[in-house]
Amino acid sequence: MSELLRIEGAGKRFGDFVAVNGVTLSIPAGRLTAIIGPNGAGKTTLINLVTGALLPDFGAIHLKGEAVTRLAVHHRIRKGLSRSFQIMNIFARLSVLQNILVPVFARRGRAGIPFHGMERETEAVAEARQILQEIGLRDQENLPAGALSHGDQRLLELGIAVAPVPELCFLDEPSSGLTPVERSRVSGLIRKLSAERRTTFVIVEHDMDVVFSLAEWIVVMNRGQVLAEGPPAEIRENRAVREVYLGEELST
Amino acid sequence: MTGRLPSRSTILLVLLVLALFGLPWVVGRYPIYLAMQILILAVFSLGFNLLFGYTGLLSFGQAGFFAVGAYGCAKILLAVPNLFLGIAGGVVLAGVAALLLGMLSVRHTRIYFSMLTLAFGMMIFSIAWKWRDFTGGDDGLVGIPRAPLEIPGLLSISVATMERYYYVVLVLSLLAILAMYRLVRSPLGLTLQAIRDSETRAAFAGVPVRKYRLVAFTIAGIYAGLAGALLPPLENTVTPPIAHWSTSAEPVLATLLGGVHAFAGPIVGAFLFFIIKDIIVRFTEYWLIWFGVIVVALVMGFPGGVMSIFAKRRT
Amino acid sequence: MDTIAFQGLIGLSMAMYLWLISAGLTIIFGVLRIVNFAHGSLFMVGAYLAYTFYGQLGLPFGVAVVLSLLGTGLLGFVMERGFLSRIYGIDEAYQLLLTFGFILILDDAVKIIWGGIFKIPPIPAFLDGSWPVFGRSFPVYNAFVIAVGLAVAVVLWALFEKTWWGRIVRATATDREMAGAIGVNVPRVFSAVFVFGAMLAALGGAIGTPVRVVAPGIGATMIIQAFIITVIGGLGNLKGAFVSSLIVGVLSAYGTLFFPVFELFFIFVIMAVVLLIRPQGLFTR
Repeated sequence: MSELLRIEGAGKRFGDFVAVNGVTLSIPAGRLTAIIGPNGAGKTTLINLVTGALLPDFGAIHLKGEAVTRLAVHHRIRKGLSRSFQIMNIFARLSVLQNILVPVFARRGRAGIPFHGMERETEAVAEARQILQEIGLRDQENLPAGALSHGDQRLLELGIAVAPVPELCFLDEPSSGLTPVERSRVSGLIRKLSAERRTTFVIVEHDMDVVFSLAEWIVVMNRGQVLAEGPPAEIRENRAVREVYLGEELST
Repeated sequence: MTGRLPSRSTILLVLLVLALFGLPWVVGRYPIYLAMQILILAVFSLGFNLLFGYTGLLSFGQAGFFAVGAYGCAKILLAVPNLFLGIAGGVVLAGVAALLLGMLSVRHTRIYFSMLTLAFGMMIFSIAWKWRDFTGGDDGLVGIPRAPLEIPGLLSISVATMERYYYVVLVLSLLAILAMYRLVRSPLGLTLQAIRDSETRAAFAGVPVRKYRLVAFTIAGIYAGLAGALLPPLENTVTPPIAHWSTSAEPVLATLLGGVHAFAGPIVGAFLFFIIKDIIVRFTEYWLIWFGVIVVALVMGFPGGVMSIFAKRRT
Repeated sequence: MDTIAFQGLIGLSMAMYLWLISAGLTIIFGVLRIVNFAHGSLFMVGAYLAYTFYGQLGLPFGVAVVLSLLGTGLLGFVMERGFLSRIYGIDEAYQLLLTFGFILILDDAVKIIWGGIFKIPPIPAFLDGSWPVFGRSFPVYNAFVIAVGLAVAVVLWALFEKTWWGRIVRATATDREMAGAIGVNVPRVFSAVFVFGAMLAALGGAIGTPVRVVAPGIGATMIIQAFIITVIGGLGNLKGAFVSSLIVGVLSAYGTLFFPVFELFFIFVIMAVVLLIRPQGLFTR
């Protein structure tokens, strides 16, 4: 499998607090990876560094062999990166369809067309509808996104994340705040998208059910560093990992 | 802001436009003058709201570009009495000014942006006020001709009368409104709104946020410049107060009055603005204070911390 | 050479007015996260009140200044308690609009109550006169203003670094939820800080009355300059505000000396240059 992402000794400080302390990680294409770890382990900060929401204080990040360490966010998206957010970050005043249209237009270079209506961009609209179909929100396409149920907003969040047709997509706690039913819907969707599209997902999760049902590889973080990584079965048995979780139930 | 107009509205709209064209036949000079002021403010406010309602950037300095358009047009007309050139020139100059100042302003957070716009607007005011040799200082520029519409060798239409100039203002305003209408429903309009709703998410959707903010700012400047350029032939003078922050307040007030999140809000608001100002001025010369009260009332009218789609909650 | 040094001193005293208004603005933003567009208007109200008490009612200068602080502080209290505090959760654009509405109201209110432009009242006798400095006559009053500005800087530093109250305010500024959780009465802190900031602005306006024009419109001029200083120094950064005030004040004074026509424009040029070279401000990390 080719290497999609390479993080080399990346680190980030907030004042005296070192949130990420020299993480080295390699993510190959096609392997659904989960990043787990206790609160404050630095998982979200790491994602922020990789996706460009934050710039690292030291270390480097390479995407498909190319250095992107200090590249602007929208350029990284153009290069095949994407993410979803833990705190819901949809375009609340826009319709569901329009939410997906935004990244589709951006990807197709149509975001700046000023003189005819959106609906005239038939290819883009069709593509957006296709995505809505995949995530199951097609029949709500004209609702304002802010009016969707919490679970549906999470699905929309996912849709916006995959709309730029990324090769590497980070999902930050995709099942956070969802009911069990909604959670399995989201997991199912991630599994489906992972299988059907050429997208490699990396999930940050607290919910162990979701992690063990989806992940082909698990990275455990603690105190800003990588504690262990390996296939799920191995991680489940890893003593250091069990200690970190202090007896938390790891098995499903 | 999505979907097509139902046909009843379209009919009303057509009737309104026809009425506007027929206005000079029915009313006297003052209402025509007032109508032009309203149209000018409407164009000014539409540009402002592209920036505020659609892109989420609050500018307190649009009068700066209004003034660049006005002074630009005035200087051109004083040299070459050709209305096309004057207005076009004013618009272009305002657009360039907006582009340059925008490059300095849009890379900042929204709060800094608002502060900067106030500062830059007043910077233009201080230039207009101090640069006597060029702008006439606080006396301003006078004797600006209501020049004819001219394409040398092809046609020359005189617009010297108030009624004729009204048609110039009306046609240009309607074209500007139409262009804005198409813009906000276009992919560009969607991109701007996405930036407004969540600039982080927009960036992560692959949108170069800074670039599009600059686009919005420049277009707003162009509209302000057009509105400003329509003024000198009407009044025959331009003076520095048109660059003052109190002039920047006018599109803000008009838009708040008419509705920030409706396309026609700024237009309706421009109309309301003049009606209200007309009423207030009959009782007192201090009309700004009453508009201040209206602003405060409108803002306070939003229930605090409401989870509605009209107010964003801070996380 | 002497002229340059002398002009520098003039600039220093000009800087102190900028410092007083920027300090209040910075503190309010640092704690409440609101940019008070009406802060210049508070400066103006402070000036008008001091003028009334000192210039018109003939009260002693010190008394007039204190009364002006109290009056403006009260106004600030009403603004914060009555209006701002009710919209803390809303989109920051509406907070800006609200404070902008206050400018509209205060600017005209001042005209209604006090009329148009004012004469400048006489300088209090004990601060009158001038000292020979660098071969020129340096007004004692300017030295007084510099002294007040420096005193405020020291007091603020001591207040925020050394006192218990200062610590509470800093905690609230850093994390208001946390502060509330450990028992701090956050709304009360907000009100107190806003009033404190208002009084700083009023101080700047009040001590300016004997030497500057008291007129509507000075509020707008001051807030613009305060914004420029904040952009240069970084919002919420007191040290940055102080140093930027010095820079802007002194450079403006030199600008007036060497390029008199463009004095107003000069300060914008400084800001534009800083924005180009270091957009995040000179003092933000």
